[in-house]
Amino acid sequence: MNEMIVIQDLHKYFGHIEAVKGVDLTIHQGEVVVIIGPSGSGKSTVLRCINHLETPTSGGIFIEGLHLEDKKTNINAVRAEVGMVFQQFNLFPHLTALENVTIAQRLVRKRDKAEAERIGMEQLARVGIPEKANAYPRQLSGGQQQRVAIARSLAMNPKIMLFDEPTSALDPEMIKEVLDVMLDLAKEGMTMVVVTHEMGFARAAAGRMVFMDGGQVVEIASPEELYNNPQHQRTKLFLSKILTH
Amino acid sequence: MAGPEVTPSFSTNSRNRNEPLVAWREFPWWLVAIFVFLGVMTYLILTDEEVNQAFVFILPGITTTLYLTLGGFGLALVFGLLAGLGRISQNRLIRNIAITYVEFIRGVPTLVLILTLAFVIVPAVSDSIGINNRDVSIELRAILALAIIYGAFLAEIFRAGIESIPKGQMEAARSLGMTVRQAMQYIILPQAIRNISPALGNDFIAMLKDSSLASVLAVRELTQRSRLHAGSTFRFPEAYLVIVFLYLAMTITLSLLLRWYERRLRVGER
Repeated sequence: MNEMIVIQDLHKYFGHIEAVKGVDLTIHQGEVVVIIGPSGSGKSTVLRCINHLETPTSGGIFIEGLHLEDKKTNINAVRAEVGMVFQQFNLFPHLTALENVTIAQRLVRKRDKAEAERIGMEQLARVGIPEKANAYPRQLSGGQQQRVAIARSLAMNPKIMLFDEPTSALDPEMIKEVLDVMLDLAKEGMTMVVVTHEMGFARAAAGRMVFMDGGQVVEIASPEELYNNPQHQRTKLFLSKILTH
Repeated sequence: MAGPEVTPSFSTNSRNRNEPLVAWREFPWWLVAIFVFLGVMTYLILTDEEVNQAFVFILPGITTTLYLTLGGFGLALVFGLLAGLGRISQNRLIRNIAITYVEFIRGVPTLVLILTLAFVIVPAVSDSIGINNRDVSIELRAILALAIIYGAFLAEIFRAGIESIPKGQMEAARSLGMTVRQAMQYIILPQAIRNISPALGNDFIAMLKDSSLASVLAVRELTQRSRLHAGSTFRFPEAYLVIVFLYLAMTITLSLLLRWYERRLRVGER
């Protein structure tokens, strides 16, 4: 299988604090990798380094063999291939759902209005809310907003999708509608890196799970192995805390 | 805004059942007072010969006043946006140029700046780029001076407006592959400008008033015309009360429009 994302000895400092202390990880095409870990473990930072929302202090990120730290790499072209879904949705509040889904297609993919809208409507239908195309974000529930945000990324036809705690800001009854969209995406073979504590999703979709703590990868295993037979004390402790809920 | 207040009362007298329809406590008496003044002035303009003469002489200046204000403010928006973007630039040189501009202008009185810009800076610049400074009309100098001065104030408003947009907006735009410029133009600025539009409106009103300073350049706007009228007729009260009336009529209209617009903005956010 093709290597989609290669992370080599990634270090990231924020001021004097080392948030990520040497992470190596290779993710293949079509793979779904779920990253878990306590807050402050560096999992979001690793995810944000993958599309260079954070610049690594040292180490390398390669997307389909393209070295992101190389000055010659066009980061905007890479980002167009790497979708990102945020905890706080970050929809553009001055644009309707359809405009949210079309604006980057037009500016970055240079599609004309009709084509961008056709693809935008397809994606809104895929996430189950085509009837909200003309609604503004403030008129949508949290779950609907997050689904528009997913559609916005998918409309760019990305090869990779990154999810940064996509359900953490949602009311409980809206979590499922978002996870269902993500599950479908995983089944269709999208390469996905997901930071989440939704263990149901991880069990159903993840090929591998990465447990991070203190800026390092502690353990990488399949969901079954990680739940039933964690190898490290820190993993056991963390899982015992989150699985009792 | 609070609705009409319901005064809690334990008595059962008849006044309670006939609650006033208007909340008198919130009644805009200030506006009534201003309208009374405007009304009295209108009456005097129509009936008093001296006041009428002053009015007829001064009124044409309103075209110049509006021309200075609209021209000056339009240019100031451009300067302010550029300087505001410069203030938050990653480039140290650009940032420092922008800060120098803003702090320099804010540290010098407006009147002094107008004189300096019109009689020192504009001639120096126009000579250096090969334009005879006599060809630069005094109105254009006044517009440039007002624009440069207000550009510095608007820069701070633009900066604050841009910084008020959550970081996630820029991140979302960048993560979709937009350049910084595209993200600014299509995502950040439209939201920022909507947020700062009341502040921009206030500065427009302020500039309308400050355009009177152009009278020191002998630009024949409202203030200069009333000075001319007062100087030639010695009718000082008539000459100056007429421009008080004209300025107030314009500013109060604009400020009422602005209040209405702000209220509409707030409702739109719900």
